[in-house]
Amino acid sequence: MHDASSPAIETVGLRKAYGDKRAVDGIDLAVRRGSIYGLLGPNGAGKTTTVRMLATLVRPDGGSARVLGQDVVAEADAVRRRISLTGQFASVDEDLSGTENLVLLGRLLGYRRREARARSEELLAAFGLSEAAGKPVKDFSGGMRRRLDIAASLVVTPELLFLDEPTTGLDPRSRNQVWDIIRLLVRNGTTVLLTTQYLEEADQLADRIAVIDHGRVIAEGPSAELKASVGTGVLHVRLAEPADADRAAAILATRCGDGVLRDGDPRRLSVQLADPALATAALADLAAVGVALTDFSLGQPSLDEVFFALTGHPAEAAGDGQPEAPE
Amino acid sequence: MTDSSDRLVTGADLARVLAPARRPSPPGGLANVLTFGWRALLKVKHMPEQLFDVIVTPVMFTVMFTYLFGGALAGSPDAYIQFLLPGILAQTVSFTTIYTGFTLNSDIGKGVFDRFRSIPIWRPAPVVGAMAGDTVRYTISSLIVLVIGFVLGFRPEAGAVGIVGALILLNLFGVGMSWIFVVLAMIVRTPSVVMTMSWLVLMPLTFASNIYVDPATMPGWLQAFVAVNPVALLVTAIRELMSGTATASAILAALIGPAVVTAICAPIAMALYARRR
Ligand SMILES: Nc1ncnc2c1ncn2[C@@H]1O[C@H](COP(=O)(O)OP(=O)(O)O)[C@@H](O)[C@H]1O
Ligand SMILES: [Mg+2]
Repeated sequence: MHDASSPAIETVGLRKAYGDKRAVDGIDLAVRRGSIYGLLGPNGAGKTTTVRMLATLVRPDGGSARVLGQDVVAEADAVRRRISLTGQFASVDEDLSGTENLVLLGRLLGYRRREARARSEELLAAFGLSEAAGKPVKDFSGGMRRRLDIAASLVVTPELLFLDEPTTGLDPRSRNQVWDIIRLLVRNGTTVLLTTQYLEEADQLADRIAVIDHGRVIAEGPSAELKASVGTGVLHVRLAEPADADRAAAILATRCGDGVLRDGDPRRLSVQLADPALATAALADLAAVGVALTDFSLGQPSLDEVFFALTGHPAEAAGDGQPEAPE
Repeated sequence: MTDSSDRLVTGADLARVLAPARRPSPPGGLANVLTFGWRALLKVKHMPEQLFDVIVTPVMFTVMFTYLFGGALAGSPDAYIQFLLPGILAQTVSFTTIYTGFTLNSDIGKGVFDRFRSIPIWRPAPVVGAMAGDTVRYTISSLIVLVIGFVLGFRPEAGAVGIVGALILLNLFGVGMSWIFVVLAMIVRTPSVVMTMSWLVLMPLTFASNIYVDPATMPGWLQAFVAVNPVALLVTAIRELMSGTATASAILAALIGPAVVTAICAPIAMALYARRR
């Protein structure tokens, strides 16, 4: 049973543990159809596990999840007919050529041989992969592989597409290509759930973002609101004299509020800005008391800074890492 | 390979490929299996060296045993090859079954299996299809061994009929027995461990057998093992098929092992595969 008005994704208290490790620890999500939804979180936060449960690959331990109105456990087959998954690690066959990968999926999904071949050619052309079509995927560059991976998810146009860290490890140009593709997909009516470790990516693409950490949603909302809550940017300064650090931190805090971050390097300071205009004022304050800088820059808040703003503590480096080896 | 296309994906291109064309109707389980069989063949085509690994040992043994021991064991190399070659065929196919588990294990760990699990196909199809595709490996490696045999003087009395019968039996045996290694592939972490464990199973089965010598001179306990060793039973049936003296009982005896293995291991393998962790 499903109707077009049900949300694309709806989860309540979704949970999954591996031994003692609570990979996903009670996640509630509501994703509107036709939107891009971003799951933002550091390595080990539970993004992949969440996506795998929603894509029917992993059975939840508790809670419920409905995808396009259908239950991911009880109606797994029906869900599979309407979604596609581009996994975090290449979900194409490295030993086969680009064409063979797409024809294989086309045949599995029910196209006749000729139709599968035609579909493969049309997808490869649309993704700028025609020239490489006959080469084994293991010889593809990272960006080409990602594009093929996304094309493989579109052999039959899905209603909902899961993209697990679609741009991690890509160079900026390939990243931009993937972003363009995602925007075009949504313009054409596909709903996209994407996971990412980059605030910038979530901010660029997603209509709404859920920030997750340790298997829980720690913040959720429209991208704009979320970004406003962490400030619009960050001022990084590099001191000429490490001895100035305390004085400089105090000055920055007075001008910009107490979002001052200090990392291991005593020369480096960062501060969250509610308004980018504060940056010039803060720099002037530092100059006025004679704190010399060797460098400064204005940046998007990093995921670390988002975490700091949301939780008051930095995101932990995920020492427990990934269960699978990266490609 | 560098990315030579400077042309970005354009909206018009993508809109065209996304236009909700006809949604094909899902094919049946058999069609899925055949498609995965085709995938297995593509792998053989792209990595023929895997086939080479499997046949190098049997071919070496054939040549070595025929000339080293043929005279001593059977009076002449020519007489010995008639006895040895059916055994080598059985050994080759037995070794090849390892690759079913090996390939499956490295495959299942990869992201591409996640994709197979997330599309609406008959669930066991990726595994069953890989096994079906492997019959081509069994056949190719058997044919290569046969050609070497012919060069060395192997002349089966039952001719083409015997050969075809033997190939069919070898394939049934290979598919049936490979379920052991499919189960291993689902349990064990890395392909190399699958490989090592598989050799531990196969070494006694192929060497404590009637492949190289008549077991009549072996100690009683070993003869008792050979009498129930599925590889030895296969060898006996193939010898009979090749010499035109095949009996239904020998052929059935050769199929008992693979049938039992399938009955036990196939459901286990499928349950392990379907498990959604
Ligand atoms: N198959 C598994 N077995 C054991 N632990 C796992 C498994 N999958 C994930 N985990 C653990 O669960 C946590 C969340 O992992 P994951 O969902 O992959 O996070 P993310 O995708 O956000 O990096 C991690 O601590 C990871 O080590
Ligand atoms: Mg992940």
